Amino acid sequence: MSNVLVFFDELGETLTPAQKELIAQAAALGEVHIAVAAYDGDPTPVLAVNGVQEVYLPEVSLPAPEVAIVDLLETSVAESRAVVVLGSSTADATDALARLAVRLDTGLISGAASITADLVVTKSELAGSYTTTSRLVSAAAPAQPLVVTFKPNNIDPQRVDTLVTEGEQPEVNVLPVRPSVGGVEIEERTAMEVSARPALAEARIVVAGGRGTDGDFTPLEELADELGAGLGASRAATDAGWIEHAAQVGQTGVTVSPQLYISAGISGAVHQRAGMQTAGTIVAINKDEDAQVFEIADFGVVGDLHEVIPQMIEELRRRKG
Amino acid sequence: MVNAPLHIITLVKWVPDAQLERRYNAEGRIDRSEGVLSELDEYPLEAALQIKEAAPDREIRVTALTMGPAGASTAAKKALQIGADDAYQLTDDDLIGADIWATSVALKAAVETVTGAAEFDSGEPEYLVLTGMASEEGESGALPAQLAERLGAHVVTYATALDLEAERLVVTRSGGTESQRVAVSMPAVVSVTDQVNDPRYPNFKAIMAAKKKPLTRFTLADIGLRREHVEAKVRVLTTAARPPRTAGEIITDEGDAGVKIVEFLAKERLL
Ligand SMILES: Cc1cc2nc3c(=O)[nH]c(=O)nc-3n(C[C@H](O)[C@H](O)[C@H](O)COP(=O)(O)OP(=O)(O)OC[C@H]3O[C@@H](n4cnc5c(N)ncnc54)[C@H](O)[C@@H]3O)c2cc1C
Repeated sequence: MSNVLVFFDELGETLTPAQKELIAQAAALGEVHIAVAAYDGDPTPVLAVNGVQEVYLPEVSLPAPEVAIVDLLETSVAESRAVVVLGSSTADATDALARLAVRLDTGLISGAASITADLVVTKSELAGSYTTTSRLVSAAAPAQPLVVTFKPNNIDPQRVDTLVTEGEQPEVNVLPVRPSVGGVEIEERTAMEVSARPALAEARIVVAGGRGTDGDFTPLEELADELGAGLGASRAATDAGWIEHAAQVGQTGVTVSPQLYISAGISGAVHQRAGMQTAGTIVAINKDEDAQVFEIADFGVVGDLHEVIPQMIEELRRRKG
Repeated sequence: MVNAPLHIITLVKWVPDAQLERRYNAEGRIDRSEGVLSELDEYPLEAALQIKEAAPDREIRVTALTMGPAGASTAAKKALQIGADDAYQLTDDDLIGADIWATSVALKAAVETVTGAAEFDSGEPEYLVLTGMASEEGESGALPAQLAERLGAHVVTYATALDLEAERLVVTRSGGTESQRVAVSMPAVVSVTDQVNDPRYPNFKAIMAAKKKPLTRFTLADIGLRREHVEAKVRVLTTAARPPRTAGEIITDEGDAGVKIVEFLAKERLL
């Protein structure tokens, strides 16, 4: 079995679904070592997971975009003798891992879906229109570990729960890494509001609205809650300020791949499709029968969302009794 | 004190048009026979022009730099039309199949060549590299950090607002779970999102003016690199096209479409 280093740019009071999934990906490859950059208090109880052997922490918490995170990773790679480093494909994790790959003089594969024991990485390309496999050119005798970032939601959450179970507290190594001075100074930090609904990228069902909502997202919110869905939007809706930017689905927003995507009042521009066309099933409601979204919808309704959505909610409630 | 001149290098990429079908060729590489200036790279260019226009007292030059096949000159020319002062195009057959590792090696040398060649009247310039949030076909967003690491520059990614002050750039960005205001000193590499501005369109006058602006083409040898410096670390083994999505059942609402959708969801076991 080989050693795997998993990188968490921040760790809260519990593991996020994406973090659990990364541990599951790593545990399938070998012994799991985890490097944590930003943390509060003692993060080890959270990391008491079967398969996790060692944890590496900096002397003081290092919130991104702190460049010393790269030092932490470099030292953690040496300490863990990892053959592969895994992290998430979010902005802050990518920045640190991309720099690590330069320091180690090794390859980086980003946005992965899965990885085999031979370190062959499968990922989706060109907005989900291709699946590729790739690996290090020097795979036969790699001098340095491969660095891979993962998109979330590639392993079924129930399966993740059976793979990632509570275990003993891992061994903790506090590494002599301290924040850098100068260069990049964080002057102000504002926590983004966290919606009580399922996180978009991880939701099993996503309900999304566009310009056709005319600014009123209440019916879509109700529908989302009826279905236990995450709430998304087109850029037209987020740009108008009808809903927060974090809800934007698409090329420059969140990529989602839920089992079900319900699109309402969204035309289906290529930028929007880039973020949702790998959904299992797509249902579209649009009053224009020529809307592009109907080209990719499994079930489409040409109609007014202000009539169709309330009726859906009513029917869902009726069925629940 | 007079502010040092500033050299802004914006990276612009020639990419396959996302509005058309994009594909891989038999060698496992994205087909680049046709392309456009990446939409996402219009934002850093606009940001550079706005920084320049907001500081008329400071000597600021906006250079567009592109790496790509011969056709990439379209991207460089479009950048000149939009408003870049000059443009550079790095083209070399040894760069075909470059992964992000090789791309950042080549761009580092290219940025150093470009900044080294530039002459300024008001003193030694500082430099700032602006990029789009990600490439349109690679989508990794990892290049800015790799380039900064190689240049020994600071890096801030996913900027949604920029404000140039005397000796630093103040950037608003959103990281993972928070939004931040960050001050970065030069030299820096900063990537910007599509929230940062509304890119301008070149007008007729700008298109005519662009014809007189310098476009320099160079090869790996011109920037001091050889083939072995840019050999990719990662190789694509297989590519498989997903079957395209096809339209399913489309109905027109006759007053019962809400119920019909729920019936469909129940039938598909999606409830
Ligand atoms: C660089 C770049 C990046 C972009 N990134 C993204 C992205 O990540 N995500 C994204 O979504 N967009 C993105 N866009 C914008 C994208 O091109 C489209 O402009 C946007 O998706 C349109 O949003 P929309 O479908 O809500 O609005 P519109 O295109 O205006 O469509 C509104 C639709 O609502 C329908 N409608 C109106 N009223 C009703 C009603 N009462 N009932 C039912 N239907 C109704 C209309 O028929 C129409 O089809 C990007 C654009 C650029 C240039």
